[in-house]
Amino acid sequence: MGTILVDSLFVFMLAGFIGFEVIKRISPLLHTPLMSITNALDAIAVVGAIVLVGRHESNLAFILGILAVIAATSNIVGGFLITDRMLKMFKSTRPTKS
Amino acid sequence: MTSIFGSQAFIGFVYLVASALFILALKWMNAPPTARRGILAGEIGMVLAIGGTILQLGVEGKIEHIAISYTWIFIALGIGTAIGVPLGMVQMTAVPQRTALSHAFGAFCVTLVGTAEFYLGQRTGIPAFKMSVLCCEVILGGLTVTGSLMAAGKLQEVLPQRPITFKGQNVFNLGMLAVAIGIAVYLVYNPGATHLYPVMVGIALVFGVMLVIPIGGADMPTVISLLNSYAGLSAAAMGFVLNNKLLIIAGALDGSSGFILSVIMSKAMNRSFTNVLFGAFGQVAPAAAGGQEARPVKSASPEEAAGILAAANRVVIVPGYGMAVAQAQHKVRELYDALTKRGIDVEFAIHPVAGRMPGHMNVLLAEADVPYDHLKEMDDINGDFPQVDVSLIIGANDVTNPAAKTDKSSPIYGMPVLDVERSHTVMVIKRSMNPGFAGIDNPLYYMDQTLMLFGDAKVFVSNIVKELSGGH
Repeated sequence: MGTILVDSLFVFMLAGFIGFEVIKRISPLLHTPLMSITNALDAIAVVGAIVLVGRHESNLAFILGILAVIAATSNIVGGFLITDRMLKMFKSTRPTKS
Repeated sequence: MTSIFGSQAFIGFVYLVASALFILALKWMNAPPTARRGILAGEIGMVLAIGGTILQLGVEGKIEHIAISYTWIFIALGIGTAIGVPLGMVQMTAVPQRTALSHAFGAFCVTLVGTAEFYLGQRTGIPAFKMSVLCCEVILGGLTVTGSLMAAGKLQEVLPQRPITFKGQNVFNLGMLAVAIGIAVYLVYNPGATHLYPVMVGIALVFGVMLVIPIGGADMPTVISLLNSYAGLSAAAMGFVLNNKLLIIAGALDGSSGFILSVIMSKAMNRSFTNVLFGAFGQVAPAAAGGQEARPVKSASPEEAAGILAAANRVVIVPGYGMAVAQAQHKVRELYDALTKRGIDVEFAIHPVAGRMPGHMNVLLAEADVPYDHLKEMDDINGDFPQVDVSLIIGANDVTNPAAKTDKSSPIYGMPVLDVERSHTVMVIKRSMNPGFAGIDNPLYYMDQTLMLFGDAKVFVSNIVKELSGGH
């Protein structure tokens, strides 16, 4: 247990630093799409829920798992979809006409 | 166990690739030309992780001789997709409430999984470390669920936007949090106390509501970012519970993203975190507004405004949320086109808190086809205002208030603002002289170079456009 904890804390710390460095560089122009894509990525929590549903270890865990999969999947699908719609709209000064 | 080891390494490898793709996704989000590649990377990572997890489940099921309920997994994924698609198709003005809602969904998932893990763990007992991160997971998750729902309700205006406060609110809230943490500590030592667990989750849920009701509509950009951070941290805590590195990484990325955004937002409003959370902004305003008497202002008609704009060389448009409320962004784009056609240099000055969430105004203008290289951040354009002929303010108020720089008694004193008063002429499109959302009077309106353009933003802008194209 002890080494697993330390390993996990290492991962958490490094990911936190990477997050700070990467996100600091993101143009404020894209802060709304940033929030919607991190939301979609965060919904990776769905994997924990999938295991609960698949293993069906108790009825409670099974039902909570189904609800959790639904909630997370709607975030994944909705999050990627809206981020894509937003980014499609960002155009530079039109190169072709006027 | 050795045979599982093979698939454990396999799933570990898949998660490693997915983690790298997630980090790349955010790295490519840094500028518009690469941003859509970022989405693709995120999507591939997601599909790999979900596919890998389901495959892994199958392998484990064979080894442990348990039937895996694939049908239900796919039914749930299908229902989630059916809900997700309409949530991905909302109007751009509704993106803030959609985002708040998705924070609630994400945290809901995390809280449910944590709860299931807690009750499943009763069979074997839950080690102290696992129990303590599990408590973090469900407390953070629970308060994010209800807090985000409250925020979404306020943004959708089904709930009152005005802060709701009562005496002793902060003491009451902190007390509640303390009780929840107390129960969590007790559970760490007595993980079998299943009757206390619902109490802890219940308190977290109520705490989320209490956390957001005293916060006014103007502070929503900070609150959304903060809830984003909480949602991420709760997912990271879930990663600790399940010993899932991918989840820890995704949660840490989301957590730091939300944290950075909330720091930017609170700086843009010159407020500290604690001030946003405990301040209940907008309470000082009525006194300031009450003592006001009518001071003379100069107003102008659309014809006059069009004439002044046509004579300018450089125009800066300052859009605020009022522009989006009036649905005027497409008319503003027409104005941009009409002026650009005459060879006038037009830029947009975007205050970080223009809109209801970080970066919202950029999205609204991009939707109206304003090229993003003409959208300027406050710090980039503030030094240029003395060279600007006309600043046209549409639906923005507090972010242009010079009192924030000079009047120490102003509630927004110290907040960084756009230096529009330095431009040669300032034009403000506004419905009436009523003070804005925060109820703070704006001395800009009484200055010599300021012209008030009274009317609905959409109608007024389209009248100006008509004049500009008619007078050609």
